[in-house]
Amino acid sequence: MIARFFLAGFDRRVALALIAVLAIGTVVPLLNLMLPASHVLHVPDYMVALIGKYLTFALLALSVDLVWGYCGILSLGHGAFFALGGYAMGMHLMREIGPRGVYGHPVLPDFMVFLNWKELPWYWHGFDQFWFAALMVVLAPGLLAFALGWFAFRSRVTGVYLSIITQAMTFALMLAFFRNDMGFGGNNGLTDFKDLLGFNLQAATTRAGLLAASSLALALGLLLASAIVGSRLGKVLVALRDAEGRARFLGYPVERYKLFVFTISAAMAGVAGALYVPQVGIINPGEFSPANSIEAVIWVALGGRGTLVGPLIGAGLVNYLKTYLTAAMPDAWLFALGGLFILVTLALPRGVLGLFDRDARRPRTAAVDPIPKAAE
Amino acid sequence: MSLTGALLYLNDVTVTFDGFRALNGLSLVIEPGEMRAIIGPNGAGKTTMMDVITGKTRADRGEVLFEGARDLTRLDEAEIAELGIGRKFQRPTVFDHHSVFDNLLLALKGPRSVWPTLLAPLRGAERQRIREIMEIVRLRGLAAEIAGNLSHGQKQWLEIGMLLAQDPKLMLVDEPVAGMTDAETAATAELLREINRTRSVIVVEHDMAFVRELDVKVSVLHEGSVLAEGSLEHVSADPRVIEVYLGR
Repeated sequence: MIARFFLAGFDRRVALALIAVLAIGTVVPLLNLMLPASHVLHVPDYMVALIGKYLTFALLALSVDLVWGYCGILSLGHGAFFALGGYAMGMHLMREIGPRGVYGHPVLPDFMVFLNWKELPWYWHGFDQFWFAALMVVLAPGLLAFALGWFAFRSRVTGVYLSIITQAMTFALMLAFFRNDMGFGGNNGLTDFKDLLGFNLQAATTRAGLLAASSLALALGLLLASAIVGSRLGKVLVALRDAEGRARFLGYPVERYKLFVFTISAAMAGVAGALYVPQVGIINPGEFSPANSIEAVIWVALGGRGTLVGPLIGAGLVNYLKTYLTAAMPDAWLFALGGLFILVTLALPRGVLGLFDRDARRPRTAAVDPIPKAAE
Repeated sequence: MSLTGALLYLNDVTVTFDGFRALNGLSLVIEPGEMRAIIGPNGAGKTTMMDVITGKTRADRGEVLFEGARDLTRLDEAEIAELGIGRKFQRPTVFDHHSVFDNLLLALKGPRSVWPTLLAPLRGAERQRIREIMEIVRLRGLAAEIAGNLSHGQKQWLEIGMLLAQDPKLMLVDEPVAGMTDAETAATAELLREINRTRSVIVVEHDMAFVRELDVKVSVLHEGSVLAEGSLEHVSADPRVIEVYLGR
């Protein structure tokens, strides 16, 4: 039954993407670790960190596609779920530092000692255990999405209004996390991490391992997403995306379907954030910035909304361009990003993947409504 | 109560939008197995009546009972659909990105909650039933066709097919022949009569030729309540009906 569930949505494209993702996860670490630095095929350390980061962005893009592409929920706040997952991981990494901090306090992280706090806030308890932190990586964003979705979907908030609410959510979280009183390191966030599960985060082997873990997480995410999309539930999602009223009058409790996919997607974004933080070595409130969430939407739009594989390509392409441009022409990046979005909207409404799509099963009226109107 | 025999019982239903009385003490009784045509000028409250029955709009006052016992004013759209009331919209509303087969599959009577849907396999009996419905609604051989690519008339039929798949006890059909050719209109009348053999149907329609063809009891709505009821000949002869509607 489980196998059938996971194979239902499996098609050639997803299979190819899975192979590609897993190949990156094995080949890149091997080329980095096994070959001498002088070898032509050697992958330098900074590339490992970069590719690892792209993989986590790809997972974030996949989670956005699941809600936007298949359920019509244009979330402009998915960066918040990513950041929450990141903070959960960051808190564990902070606790792992232990007495090795600058102030040498056995329990309190440096920033708490600096703020003259005497004891650990209650919500920092448990994060010394990896399993607890791992649970929180999924639960914190999942519960937030569940709560937000519960109220929003029940009140039938749809379209732009929902997008604005999600945007407001991430903005509010950013402001909250900026405050020192919140106990998440304020402006500076969480950083100076030492190790994870006993592995030194600066070591090349750990970085290669993190890249492999990210590729595995992305592969599992893709497998789960394709299974969901390929199931009858997936058909219901597309149905309520295109004609919500019709789905309701057929007897589907639309809110619960939205809540289900929104929560799963948020948890997926949380996992992406948790893998991102140890690879970049810092998490701060800037990750909640609304611009981050919007960027993730652009990756999905560029790669091809509602294709699962497209967003992975989009995330990779845009971020590679960002890495390249912010180094070569720092001022040009935002113009390039804006230009890309305009180009995609006008010329490639179905994204890069749409160019190769000879899928005749799509309607000729390829109604690509970024925000589907509420059905009658 | 004395009306337990009625399939649908509306008594003194009033709906007000910003001071405008869309329904004004509307009362209507539909018997099991009956087909009823509802006519009336624009703004008479036909669509609002459908909205109240299907849970889209709440009545300010009045009773809406299904099968004599179920109070529809307390339920939402999905729950009412599950009770056995299917609705066809004025504009054909199908799932444009899904195939004809998948449209019917999603409409098929069955579990509607999240987890069962996630794991539901396609059963042979479902495939069989979908084939039957495709025959009935004249979409044979179009199983794999994407609904968005169907003609207007075919979409209307697909939507009727989806209602059939739902296996409702009562079907509400809003202007089924709007935008159809004469041949399609005649075929639709035949289709509705066929459907009426096994379930009750309420048809809202503007097209008088079509209503005549259906040859059923007619209720004339005007300003949110029933103005006249009876055969088409009977209501056509009513001077008040002529004044508000036919005589315009």
